[in-house]
This record gives sequence, C-alpha cells and structure tokens, in this order.
Amino acid sequence: MGKKTALYEQHQQANAKLVDFAGWDMPLHYGSQLEEHHFVRRDAGMFDVSHMVAIDITGSGTRDFLKYLLANNIDKLTTTGKALYSCMLNIHGGVVDDLIVYKLGDEFYRVVVNAGTRDKDLQWIKEQSANFDIDIQECDDVAIIAVQGPSARERLERALTKDMIEHVRQLKPFNAVFDNDWLIARTGYTGEDGCEIILPSAQVVPFWLALLAAGVKPCGLGARDTLRLEAGMNLYGSDMNDTTSPLVSGLSWTIAFEPENRDFIGKEALLAEKQNGVTQKLVGLILLDKGVLRDHQKVILEDASEGEITSGSFSPTLTKSIALARVPKTIGSQCHVEVRGKKLLCQVVKIPFVRNGQAVYKG
Amino acid sequence: MSSIPNELKYSKSHEWVRVLEDGNLQVGITEHAQELLGDLVFVELPEMGQQIAVEEEIGVVESVKAASDIFSPVAGDVVAINEGLEGSPELVNQEPYEDGWLYTVKPSNNSGLDKLLSADDYKEHIESEDH
Repeated sequence: MGKKTALYEQHQQANAKLVDFAGWDMPLHYGSQLEEHHFVRRDAGMFDVSHMVAIDITGSGTRDFLKYLLANNIDKLTTTGKALYSCMLNIHGGVVDDLIVYKLGDEFYRVVVNAGTRDKDLQWIKEQSANFDIDIQECDDVAIIAVQGPSARERLERALTKDMIEHVRQLKPFNAVFDNDWLIARTGYTGEDGCEIILPSAQVVPFWLALLAAGVKPCGLGARDTLRLEAGMNLYGSDMNDTTSPLVSGLSWTIAFEPENRDFIGKEALLAEKQNGVTQKLVGLILLDKGVLRDHQKVILEDASEGEITSGSFSPTLTKSIALARVPKTIGSQCHVEVRGKKLLCQVVKIPFVRNGQAVYKG
Repeated sequence: MSSIPNELKYSKSHEWVRVLEDGNLQVGITEHAQELLGDLVFVELPEMGQQIAVEEEIGVVESVKAASDIFSPVAGDVVAINEGLEGSPELVNQEPYEDGWLYTVKPSNNSGLDKLLSADDYKEHIESEDH
C-alpha cells in the first residue's frame, strides 16, 4: 500500500481506480478518463494533486538564493502573490525538476515541485543553499486541489467564504492570494482557466464536498495527462530530465539569460550549448494515419535522421493521436513514426495543440 | 465482479470465444480486459482471409493510456472482422460480448477451442491474478 492523501476515502467513495504514482495511491480515473477530459474542457473538473510537494523558503537570503537556484528569474515577481514557472538545472544544464514559485512576501517564497522528484529536489535545494541565509521547510499537512475548466472559477466561488470570493474574482492569470493558510493561485496544467489551491489537509474534505456540490467533477491523473499534453505542457521525466537541456525541451522561454550579471546554476552550460549550436527541438506531432503514438517511439525525418516521441497519447479534443517529440531541428512539415514495425505519417506542428477548449495548433 | 457469460470460452489472456450456429468462432476481449484498459480509442484487427494460429498476436487494442496485444485464442481463417470498431472503438467498452466483438474465424481442424477455459475457470483465473 502506498501513501494516501487526505482525500483517499473520498476517492474510494467515488469509485476511483487507484494506481501507484510515485509511491502514492492516486486516482487514475473515476470511471471514464475520456469523460473527465471533456468535462474539464467544457465545464469544470477537480484533481487531487496533494502528492505534489510544497516547500517554503524564508529568510534574508531567499531572493538571492532563488535567483541562483532557478533558471527563470524571480525578480519578474514584482509583487506579492505573483507566480512563475521555472526549471531548476544542474551544472550541465540538465533539468533537475520543473516547478512553480510563488512570492508570498519579501523574504517568503513557496515552490511546488513534482512528487516523483521530492527526495532528489529537497536534497539538491539544501546542497545549493549552503552559502545563503535561508530556511527550507517542506509544508506538512497540506492538500493541493486543482479546479480547472471554463466554469472552474465560477463554481469554485460557491465553495469559498465571502472574503475569499472577492480575492478570487480579482485574480489575474499566474497570480495568487495567500490568506489564512490557504493559497489560491490562478494557475493550472490543463490549458483551461482555473485555480490551484493549497490548503491545510484538515480542511480539505469539506472543501472537496463543497466543490462536488457546486458541480465540479472529480478527475483522475489519466485525464490530467491528456489535458496537459493537448495544452503542450511538459511532463517531467518524459519530456525532459536530468540529461536534457531546456533548450531541446521546448523550454527556452523559461530561461532568463538577462540580466547578464545574474549567475544561475546551469547558465554556463546553456551558453556553451547555444554557442555550439542547438541541434534538436521539441515539436508537436499529429498522427495522420490510424493508431496511437506512444512515448519512446522512433521519429524518422525525410532526410532519414531520427528523433523520439517523449509523450504520446490520444487527444480526446482533436479525436486524433498527438505527441511531443524531440527531433533534429531540420524537421520539415511531415515525418514518420515507427509503430510496431510500420511507418505512420505525422504532421509536424507548433505546440500547443489545444487552448481554452479549441484547437489552436499551426503547421 | 465483471460479467462472464456461461456460454462462452475464455483464454488466460482475457479473450473470449463464441461458437456461432454455423460452427465459426467469434472472438472478443472480456469485460474484465476492457475494464483494465479503460476507454478504448483504436482497434487494429487481423485481415480478412488471414490464417491465424493459437496465441498468435493478431491485433492490438489501444486505450488512452496503453496498447495491449490481442492473442488469438483459436486457430483458423478470418472470415469476418467487426468494421464498426474503426469508427467506434468504445463499443468494446460498452458491449464487450455483443457489438464489441473483434473478428470471426472458420476454425482449422486443431482450433484450440477445447483447451480454453470455462466461465468458472476464467473467473478463478481473474481472481488469482488480482491477488
């Protein structure tokens, strides 16, 4: 038996199919992954993501530390409540993890990292912090719920107190409010509007029930994966890892090379990689033949050079198979993918595939 | 517990076989198998006329999350395939023993039918896999 979130009994009562995810018993779906996917695109779904890891970093050295630790620049967080997506790199420019960092005060930031990399991340962060006057504290006893979909914020309001409702109404994308140990952020991993809420575990069951009563449908990690893939959002461990640089993972936009005088871990390696010429990139594929693209299938370009699918699945919104693939930069508008000995034809597109319920990809 | 019709025969790899009135053998996957796979989005079937052997990989069912090979539980020549699955693979989820059938073979002399499990034996097999 794995670790259980505070919502475990709720999942059981809702007939969740529970699977092991990074040592946690988590819902894969509650009956139909496809229906849950569509519900998030069309209305509002909620995900228990309490297995993710929230870490508070406080103290006078916090800002300098995070500017050194993260490849994106937290000085972009000009006011309290702002959130930033960033990679944390090793000295070779490989991705230790991707994360969201929230500014909760001048000397108070919260980072949320992946469950599967918890131990590695905590050790890495502590090792790098030796010369900084900071305190690193994993948030114990918190639950995390993502409420996502076009109706998500409207339905979320029905499960909140009056004071919170006002805050949430005014939230701009990638902004958060922190009040009474509740962090409500207008962020997500689906390509839809919505919020992610970090709250004390002891309060999560009544909140979950209030969301249910407000018409928000529980959704599992299965739908979460197809939603994020359609939205062109990377999954750590699949689309990038310790040995791949963000420059070949579709994450160049998250690297803040400016200002030049900011040093961050991995910067030197990335500059050298740029100097030598980046030869690969992450693209979107849409399968034109029949079948389903899967992780690790071989991509074959017109000039016979090769790449690899990093995330492949079926897109419920497009009703076709789609994938993210790391390929030579020379790729044209079409390529083939080897599936069980056959070469299937794919269109090469810029990601994302879907935003706010609509197909948005371009060839 | 998922449904396991008594009149069918079963393989350990979760296919079922129905003996049709004309003696041909209809093949599908069990309700338990489709539950494990989740929502199906693509089915690859054998070709019409193809000669298939027992336990030969003759097709694939793919759900959103995974691909799973179909191992033919019986030997023979393929005389019918369920063309409806191309547009509606979800039929396998909805009616695995009826409209979600996969293909039919004209059995060869040694079709392997007598080696398959009864409904009771298959039920026991599922329970042993679950534990």
